[in-house]
Amino acid sequence: MQTLAFRKLLVAATAVLVVAGCASGPTPASRTSPDMPWLERMTFGVNSGVLADYRRLGRDGYLAAQLRPGDGRLPDAVATAIVQLQISNSDVAQLLASVVTEQKRLNALPDGPERQAARQALNTRGNELVYEARRRELLRAIYSPAQLKEQMMWFWLNHFSVFEQKANVRWLVADYSERAIRPHALGHFRDLVMATLEHPAMLEYLDNAQNAAGHLNENYARELMELHTLGVDAGYSQHDVQELARVLTGVGVAGPAPPHLRPELRGYYLRDGAFEFNPGRHDFGAKQLLGHALTRRGFAEVSEAVDLLVRQPACARFISHKLAVYFVADEPPPALVARMARTFQESDGDIAAVLRTLFTAPELAAQAGGKFKDPMQYVVSAVRMAYDTRIVENMHPVANWLGALGEPTFGHQTPDGYSLQDTAWSSSGQMSRRFEIARTIGAGSAGLFDPENGGPATVVGFPLLTTPVYYSVVQPSLSAQTRSALQRARSPQEWNLYLLASPEFNSR
Amino acid sequence: MNRRHLLRTGLAAPALTLAGRLFAAPPSTPRFLCVFLRGGYDCANLLIPHSSSFYYESRPRIAIAKPDAAIGDGALALDADWALAPAVRDWLGPMYKRGQVAFIPFAGTEDLTRSHFETQDSIELGQPLTPQRDFRSGFMARLAKTLAGATPIAFTDTLPLAFAGDAGLASISLQRAGKSPFDDTQTAVLRSLYLGNRLESAVTEGLELQQQVAQAVQAEMAAANRGAISTRGFELTAERMARFMRTQYRLGFVDVGGWDTHVNEGGARGPLATNLTSLASGLATFADALGDEWNNTVVFVLSEFGRTFRENGNAGTDHGHGSVYWVLGGRISGGRIAGEQVRVERGTLLQDRDYPVLNNYRNVLAGLFASLWGLSAQQLETIFPGAPAADLKLV
Repeated sequence: MQTLAFRKLLVAATAVLVVAGCASGPTPASRTSPDMPWLERMTFGVNSGVLADYRRLGRDGYLAAQLRPGDGRLPDAVATAIVQLQISNSDVAQLLASVVTEQKRLNALPDGPERQAARQALNTRGNELVYEARRRELLRAIYSPAQLKEQMMWFWLNHFSVFEQKANVRWLVADYSERAIRPHALGHFRDLVMATLEHPAMLEYLDNAQNAAGHLNENYARELMELHTLGVDAGYSQHDVQELARVLTGVGVAGPAPPHLRPELRGYYLRDGAFEFNPGRHDFGAKQLLGHALTRRGFAEVSEAVDLLVRQPACARFISHKLAVYFVADEPPPALVARMARTFQESDGDIAAVLRTLFTAPELAAQAGGKFKDPMQYVVSAVRMAYDTRIVENMHPVANWLGALGEPTFGHQTPDGYSLQDTAWSSSGQMSRRFEIARTIGAGSAGLFDPENGGPATVVGFPLLTTPVYYSVVQPSLSAQTRSALQRARSPQEWNLYLLASPEFNSR
Repeated sequence: MNRRHLLRTGLAAPALTLAGRLFAAPPSTPRFLCVFLRGGYDCANLLIPHSSSFYYESRPRIAIAKPDAAIGDGALALDADWALAPAVRDWLGPMYKRGQVAFIPFAGTEDLTRSHFETQDSIELGQPLTPQRDFRSGFMARLAKTLAGATPIAFTDTLPLAFAGDAGLASISLQRAGKSPFDDTQTAVLRSLYLGNRLESAVTEGLELQQQVAQAVQAEMAAANRGAISTRGFELTAERMARFMRTQYRLGFVDVGGWDTHVNEGGARGPLATNLTSLASGLATFADALGDEWNNTVVFVLSEFGRTFRENGNAGTDHGHGSVYWVLGGRISGGRIAGEQVRVERGTLLQDRDYPVLNNYRNVLAGLFASLWGLSAQQLETIFPGAPAADLKLV
């Protein structure tokens, strides 16, 4: 009975849409438009908002708007939710200072229940702030019309990866994404490097806060070249690592009060929020980096070194290749990477210009549907598919799915970030776990509409995936095999599972 | 035990899994588990060169005190030169005495980048260090292909590079408990979605694994109800790994992170010691959980590199070169320090910085695989091209 009723429902839904399609004139161009795969890569999944923008602006206009989105137009409910977060209303320097004070206080307490409780309370609060930072990123990824910018936010947070569980990083990740990454996500690469270099999250995570003249710590210096700018095979040496580490001495996190400095050093001292350049810890000796003698002094020398790194041809190639792996293919066409690298060099590292080269490349179309979605792309696209522009109230389930798939934001322990190769995300254990999440999303509201602060769910039941977006974007791409699997569904929930588990929905 | 004989006869009549691969290796086929410590663990604070005064000079803040028989919980002297860290002595000490653990100091790769990721990749690929490396061919995948009856599994969130080469190789994270499995109809439909797809075998295997993990979790819950101690972290993973490897999977891979100790790594106690304790107790749990089958199992613990021999400015250590590998097993010829060695002093350091590599992981593993499964030189050449077997007589 149930099965029969469900079949009727499906037929009816199809009929209604066919009628609607006829009523509104000819079949929308999008049905057969070759731009669908292009839009699927530029976004975290096509939804009604993307379709409307695209139809209004056309291909060139849409690309231009995505490359220079300004502030983006978040839906009011999303903007309001973000404004109300604790992380939107706190100053990171003050926050860090209060946390350090509290840590000192509880470390001075005798071992016992009071200390235990204080530590527990501090941990709970830290975890809340990490969740808020994840929630804010997910809200924007799912609902911002500036979809390319949101993908770049994820890309750069992953490129300049920090791990929330190390040192005091958890207190800093919200500010890191908002102030170090977001302003430059489509800007100049050099500004991104400098913003991450000046952020306490990176300085704590890669130990540069501890790097001082006579107490050298190479950790950040090495990764700044290997992972952030040049790539491991760029030809720098262990000596370059040590020299760059010397350059970076004194770049650290501000303490409660400025240090006492000799008069001749005072002019070099810098302090901005929780960032500090302490010339008392800096090695002022002469340095050679990549065969160049550095000529400036103090923090200006750091800036000079970064200029040198980002202007290396290796940097243009390294960043272009990584972008192409993310958006195009595990092994991107070398000619495309070369053109992107040329743009990178000619534009002095303008990320939007490099992306324009990528998104206007014929090679992109040739790779349509060939890249398996990583967990972030999958989960966000599934929520966009299931609920379109309807605002999810509770982001815990989404954050948990990313955790279960091994790709939580700010959760990668090592500084290389998550793999961009699709083979990393399509192993057997990944596939079955992904199907479990498909089942959860397809079978009910999954806790997504339980208000964050308790109270009854505002939406119950399962999502209906047979939306206009489904008919214009997804259905035309389905293989006969997938269509026949969908027909074997015994309930709408199962139908949802099979669609969200299908090869077509899992790649782009 | 004549393993070569058993291997040959046992593989005569293999069964097929749903995934279409050979399955049900004979019960006698030896197991192999590779434990990868990602981050480059500080081996000099695990296997302490206690006869070296240079060790104590180089590490004023983090050196572990010389073994002293009068101190029950200090470093444990293994011989005149080497001692075991206090953090692991309760677990590895007794195993060492029984000959079930050996250590290989000065072990590692010829890769001198001192980059975590580059060196991890080198090791997992297991290929000669040339620019023409094939990133679609990891050494565990080549081993699995050679031992067609020994089904491999990676107990990791994502498929490690060591498994690259066969999209169907299984991986599953054991940290997260399995949900209720799909019913038969759903399983069949989900499989049908991927018929002929490059992910077909991954999907089939994933759905099978999902059933098995669900069963394992049920069994654990039943055991817990009978008062079993609850385990967490690596111990939990270790117990579940044993469950999988006791029956179906003969080749395992797991990685353990958190070893990149640039700052305040500690000495006898501290973050490194805590991590080592968790690892050692987990491996002891693994051995116990295998029961008699521990006698037919070899565990190999490695890391991408060792660390600077001298402590750095922050009471930690930076990226170095030579490491100390561990070999464990119920029937190995352990209880000794194996492989080529030099005295630990300033003059023997590589670039005045870190341990040299005298025992290349490719030669060492080739030697181990040769005696473990009776592989021919030709077979070894496909697993580790250009790396002749170095027989450390551990198996």
